[in-house]
Amino acid sequence: MEDRRSFTFWLLAALFSLFLLFLYGPTLTILVLSFQGPEGGLTFPMQGASLHWYRVLWEGVGVVDIWSAFRRSVALGLVVMVLTTAIALAAGYAFRRRFPGQGALFQLSIASLIVPSIVVSLGIALEFRLLDDTVKALGEAYDIAWINEGYTTAMGLFSSGLGAHLTWTLPFGLLIMFAVFNRFPAALEEAGRDLGGSPWQVFRHVVLPLIGPSLVGVALFGFTLSWDEIARTSQAIGDRNTLPLELQGLTTTVTTPEIYALGTLTTGVSVLVIGTAFAAIALWRRVRR
Amino acid sequence: MTAQVESVPLAAEQAAPAASAPRVPRAPLWQAAPLGLVLLLFFVLPLLATAVVSFWDYTEYSLVPDITLRNYREMFEGCADVSAGGCTTLRTYLSTFRLCAEVALVTVPLGFLVAYFLAFHVRGEGVRMALFLLCTAPFLTSNVIRMVSWIPLLGREGVVNQALLALRVVQQPQDWLLFSEFSVVLAFIHLYTLFVVVPVFNSLMRIDRRLIEAARDAGASAWQTLWHVVIPLAKPGIVIGAIFVIVLVMGDFVTIGVMGGQQIASVGKVIQVQMSYLQFPAAAAQAMVLLALVLLMIAVLTKLVDIRREL
Repeated sequence: MEDRRSFTFWLLAALFSLFLLFLYGPTLTILVLSFQGPEGGLTFPMQGASLHWYRVLWEGVGVVDIWSAFRRSVALGLVVMVLTTAIALAAGYAFRRRFPGQGALFQLSIASLIVPSIVVSLGIALEFRLLDDTVKALGEAYDIAWINEGYTTAMGLFSSGLGAHLTWTLPFGLLIMFAVFNRFPAALEEAGRDLGGSPWQVFRHVVLPLIGPSLVGVALFGFTLSWDEIARTSQAIGDRNTLPLELQGLTTTVTTPEIYALGTLTTGVSVLVIGTAFAAIALWRRVRR
Repeated sequence: MTAQVESVPLAAEQAAPAASAPRVPRAPLWQAAPLGLVLLLFFVLPLLATAVVSFWDYTEYSLVPDITLRNYREMFEGCADVSAGGCTTLRTYLSTFRLCAEVALVTVPLGFLVAYFLAFHVRGEGVRMALFLLCTAPFLTSNVIRMVSWIPLLGREGVVNQALLALRVVQQPQDWLLFSEFSVVLAFIHLYTLFVVVPVFNSLMRIDRRLIEAARDAGASAWQTLWHVVIPLAKPGIVIGAIFVIVLVMGDFVTIGVMGGQQIASVGKVIQVQMSYLQFPAAAAQAMVLLALVLLMIAVLTKLVDIRREL
C-alpha cells in the first residue's frame, strides 16, 4: 500500500512538473530569444547576445507609436485598478446584509463574467454608436454649434474602454470580496461597535486593517486583467488602441525578435506588479503584527 | 452573519435614537449602487442594444431602425440544404463546437490531476499555496504574449522541428505545428487549464479528509476512493471549470486569429469580421444566437450540479 501510494505521488509529481514546464517554458524561451544578437532571427540558434532588439524597440516599432499605447494602457490600468478596488469593496460590504435586488445583482455579476467577451464588446460598441447618433440628431434638430462642428464620438479610452474593462474586472473583485468576508471575524467588528465606534470608525480601525491584504489582491487583479485585456476592448476602444491590441496587430507584421523584446517587457510589467502586490501584502501583515 | 444582522438595529439606534420603527437599512443600497450602475451601463444596456439592433436593417452607410428578421434569415440561408454541405453558419458552429470539445477533453482531466496533486499529495500548507500560486500567476500575464511565445518552439525552424529532424523522426520540417488547428488547441490548453485547476482545487480542499480515511478503512482501493468519493465531491468544481473553458472557447476570436494564422473559422471571428465591415445588425444577430447557445449550454451543465449550494 505504502509503495503504491508513493508511486502515484511520483507519477503526479512528474505530471505537475511537466505542466509547470508547459506553462513557463514558452515565456522563458522568448525571454532568452529577446536578447538575440542583431543578426539573429525568430528562432534558435542565438546569434550572439545583445540588447539590440530592446534598443530597436526603444526607438519605436515602425508606424505604430508603441510608447503612447504603453502609456495609455498604464493609465487605463491604474484607473481600472482604483475603481475595481473601491467598487468591489463597497459591493462586498453591501452583500453582507440583505438588500432588495441582491440576488439579481449577484447573478448579473456572474453573467458579466461568463457572457462571451466579443458579445459584450459588440454591445458596448453598438450602445455608443446609438448614443452618438442620438447626440448628432439632437445637435442638428436644435442647431447646437459645438455638436455640429466638433462632436465625433463618445467612445474612448476612459468611457467605453473603461466600462468594457470594468465588466471583466469587477466580477473577479466581487468574488474575492465574498471569499474575504465569508472568513471575516465579525465578532471583532461587533466589539468595535459595542465600544462606541461609528460605522466609519469601525471600518477604518477594525475592518480595513484586517482586509487590507485582500484589497491589495483585488487591486492586483484590477490592474493586471486590464493591462492584458483584448477581447472586450477590441470593438469598444475607438481609434486609439491599448498596448495588447497593438501587440496583437504586431504579431502578423513584425518578423524580428523585436516582438519578443516587447513581449518580455510587457510580461516584465505584469511580474513587477505581482511582485509589488506580494511585497505590499507581506509588509502590511508585518506592520499589523 | 447572524450576529451581524442582530447588531444592525443597535447601530441604527445609536445613529438615530428617534427612529424606532424597524426599517430597511439604506447603507447596503448605496454601497451596491456603483456596481449596479457599472453593470447597467456597460453590460445590461449593451446587451439590450444588441438585441434591438439585431432586428434592424442596414445599408452600406447606416443603420436603419426596423423590425426585420433579415439578419437572422441571412444567417441561416441554405442551412436546410444538407447535400450542398450545409451553410457557412452551420459549418462555423460545428468547427467551433469541435474546438470546444477538443479543448475540454484535455483541460478538464489535466486540470483535475494538477488540482488533485496539489490538494491531496502536497504536504504542508506553505508549499501547497506556493505551488498553487505558481500555477495561477500566468493568468495575470498577457495572453497574446503567451501565444507569441509558441512561435520559436513550433515554427518551421522552431525547437520542436529541429528536435524531430535531429532525431530523424521526420524527414522534413512539419508545417502543421503552427498556424493550424493543432496550435490553436494547444494555445487554448496553455491558457485555460488554469480555469479548471482553480475551481476543482477549491472543491477538493473542501472535502472532509475523514471521508477518504473512511473509504480506505472500508476496504476501497485508491482507484475506488478516487472514483466513488473524490470525483463525485469534486463535481461542482469540475462543472464550473468546464463551463469556463467551453464559454471561453465558444466566444474566442483572438487565440483562433493569432494561433490559427487567421485561417480557422469560429463564431467569434465571424462577429469580428462583420463588425469590421460595419455590418452591425448582422453581427448583432450572430451575437444573439451565440449568447443563446452559450446560455443553453450553461443551463445544461448546471443541471448536472447544484452550483448555488457550493458558493
